[in-house]
Amino acid sequence: MTIIIDRTRERPAPSGPVSVAERQREKARPKGLYQARVPIYPKLVHGPWRWLKWALLIGMLAIYYITPWIRWERPGGLPDQAVLVDFAGGRFYFFMIQLWPQEVYFITGLLVMAALALFLVTALFGRLWCGYACPQTVWTDLYIHIERLFEGDRNARMRLDAAPMSFDKLWRKTGKHAVWIGIGFGTGGAWIFYFHDAPTLIRTFWVGAAPMTAYISCAILTFTTYVFAGHMREQVCIYMCPWPRIQGAMLDEQSFQVTYRSDRGEPRGPHKKAEGWAGRGDCIDCNQCVVVCPMGIDIRNGSQLECINCGLCIDACDEIMDKVERPRGLIAYDTDAAVAARCAGQKSKHKLVRPRTLYYAGALVLVSGLMIQGFRTREEIGVHALRDRNPAYVQLQDGSVRNGYTLKIANHGFETASIEIRYSGIPGAVLNSPGQPASNPLVVQVEPNRVTPLRVFVTAPAAEDEEGSEEAAFSIRSENRTQVVPTAFEYGSSPQ
Amino acid sequence: MSENERDEHTGVETTGHEWDGIKELDNPLPRWWLWVFYACIAFSIVYWVLMPAWPGLNGFTPGILNQSDRADVMAELSELQAQRGKGEALLVSASLQQIEADPDLQAHALAVGQSVFGDNCASCHGVGGGGAPGYPNLRDDVWLWGGSLEEIEHTLLVGIRTTHPETRMSQMPAFGRDGLLPSTQIADLTEYVVALSGREADPAAVARAAPLFANNCAACHMPNGVGNRDLGAPNLTDREWLYGSERTAINGQIANARNGVMPMWGNRFSPGVIKALAVYIHVNAGGGEPSIVPAAAPAP
Repeated sequence: MTIIIDRTRERPAPSGPVSVAERQREKARPKGLYQARVPIYPKLVHGPWRWLKWALLIGMLAIYYITPWIRWERPGGLPDQAVLVDFAGGRFYFFMIQLWPQEVYFITGLLVMAALALFLVTALFGRLWCGYACPQTVWTDLYIHIERLFEGDRNARMRLDAAPMSFDKLWRKTGKHAVWIGIGFGTGGAWIFYFHDAPTLIRTFWVGAAPMTAYISCAILTFTTYVFAGHMREQVCIYMCPWPRIQGAMLDEQSFQVTYRSDRGEPRGPHKKAEGWAGRGDCIDCNQCVVVCPMGIDIRNGSQLECINCGLCIDACDEIMDKVERPRGLIAYDTDAAVAARCAGQKSKHKLVRPRTLYYAGALVLVSGLMIQGFRTREEIGVHALRDRNPAYVQLQDGSVRNGYTLKIANHGFETASIEIRYSGIPGAVLNSPGQPASNPLVVQVEPNRVTPLRVFVTAPAAEDEEGSEEAAFSIRSENRTQVVPTAFEYGSSPQ
Repeated sequence: MSENERDEHTGVETTGHEWDGIKELDNPLPRWWLWVFYACIAFSIVYWVLMPAWPGLNGFTPGILNQSDRADVMAELSELQAQRGKGEALLVSASLQQIEADPDLQAHALAVGQSVFGDNCASCHGVGGGGAPGYPNLRDDVWLWGGSLEEIEHTLLVGIRTTHPETRMSQMPAFGRDGLLPSTQIADLTEYVVALSGREADPAAVARAAPLFANNCAACHMPNGVGNRDLGAPNLTDREWLYGSERTAINGQIANARNGVMPMWGNRFSPGVIKALAVYIHVNAGGGEPSIVPAAAPAP
């Protein structure tokens, strides 16, 4: 069953009273090229979704602030910070994992996985990311909370903004902005600890001895946090963020979203205590869903670009439903298909398994599998063989031919590795490395956590005065693992 | 002051200047432009005070910041010298064998050696050290003056046929140019040398040249032609020919005897750099101790 909700046509003007937000919107309809911002004063609401948002806010901020301080013992002079992006040393540390710059594809893979997981969750449950996890909404939530502490709830804030400047207004506004900037500074300050040793940086930062990038990053993030979460808020989501526009491609009529159950709510209208409920909907048009909305929208207009799926209107409506003694859930996480089915008098069904969700889940499993496989088979010792090209070969006095190579041996581990190098493909070839004791196979000690360049030479008897190139290979054995690095052996008589 | 003329279309005064009938209106400057102009004046005053600005008879006003680009460059240069000094000290204190055997020191020496070689040696010996006619190949196992680390270092220090008292020196006579031998005998000797290196030659010419070789060449190149490193005489029995293996090239060398030169690098580079260069050359020649005398070749 496909339901087409046509939003391109003008909705008929609602017969009931027009919401405050709608009236404000009407006033602010664009008259030129720019839309004036309608100030939003979200009201505090209580309920399970609000509690979930508080819990996630505290949890995620705790992860953000505490992570750089977790210590993780590493051998030698390596940093002991569990999570560290070490630009100077060219390493990314994540607990037991250590990534080199050339392994950045693991981070790419992680981002691809995150994107696919986001697609899957959006197809199933709507924009949960926007409502609960996005830094923009989390920090905005925190800033609105600070605003309430200084200026009171919705009505007090509206009065305060309308009032002329006074000492009371001045200190409340000043205090609010000071705390906002403080939080912004804390945000930027925590960010830089991911790039330097945190205990060292926190000392050097205050005495002006930290790297300039730390101060600049901190200043930029302080500024953006203060501006985005304090001043721009929902405008970031509506005008700057691409996700509200992209998510339309993931959502369908079976996606769970914050939904006004119009089948139950309409026709809406004010309700007096003495009246019955027959012949009318449960919505008493109290506007509570609108005043609590941090995006300033009316969820009763259906799913819309601005909605971040946070569920605060659910809590607000449930509170009212309890008061008027109607069942909860007039606004709830529901699907468009279910609403349409009930409108048509059928039983609503939820379908989580759909082609769309299967595609996303399949892609996610595939990419995760590739990532895990790539990580499992990651070589502790990586070898590249660079063949000398000038001259490509040298003929020796006895007629034999010598080729020179530079082996770049990367030891990703934390311990010195002993490796055996063999050369195959050329009969009678002898391998040597200047400065290393002669042995067969060539045994070399490779220092940990760095790339060791090794000059090696292969000397082989060659057919007289014949030029050509043979396929050959280095095989490198370390701790029972052998890897083969293909190369070539060039020969001919000396040009002189 | 007389009233300036007014432009009849705009009502703006003209400046009174006229070029071929074109008049200039005296419009006021845009305000933003004026403010930028004032800001520049204010900036320049601050700049005079802080930075070197006004020329005087004996120099210039230094400004209170005492800024000097020259001093900055000197400071950076001395910092660079201090940094280089560390590597230099390491190279000087270690022996050539230690440098080659230690992976870190070897990598350092190769890096230093490569850049110095590229700037100073590559123009004759080739970027990779592969040599060219007249300029020895530094990658193989043929060494006129010895291929051990110490011998290479010494050759670098004293050069070849330079004014250094210990320079590598050998002087082959120009048998043709100086009239020591007639050209027919030089042609016979050419055949003899070709035969020495195991190639086919005219047997009659070889027989004629045998006493000539014994009298004129064997003193340095040895009776069997394997050469003598002490005298700087190349081995004539191998496949390596500094000035070319063709008959015309050999004939030319006997007649006109080119004696190549290499500068002494000891007075140009510090001892550490010379050592790095010696290690670079030795490593790229495959390391080890190359022998110059092959299995004795029978006299033809």
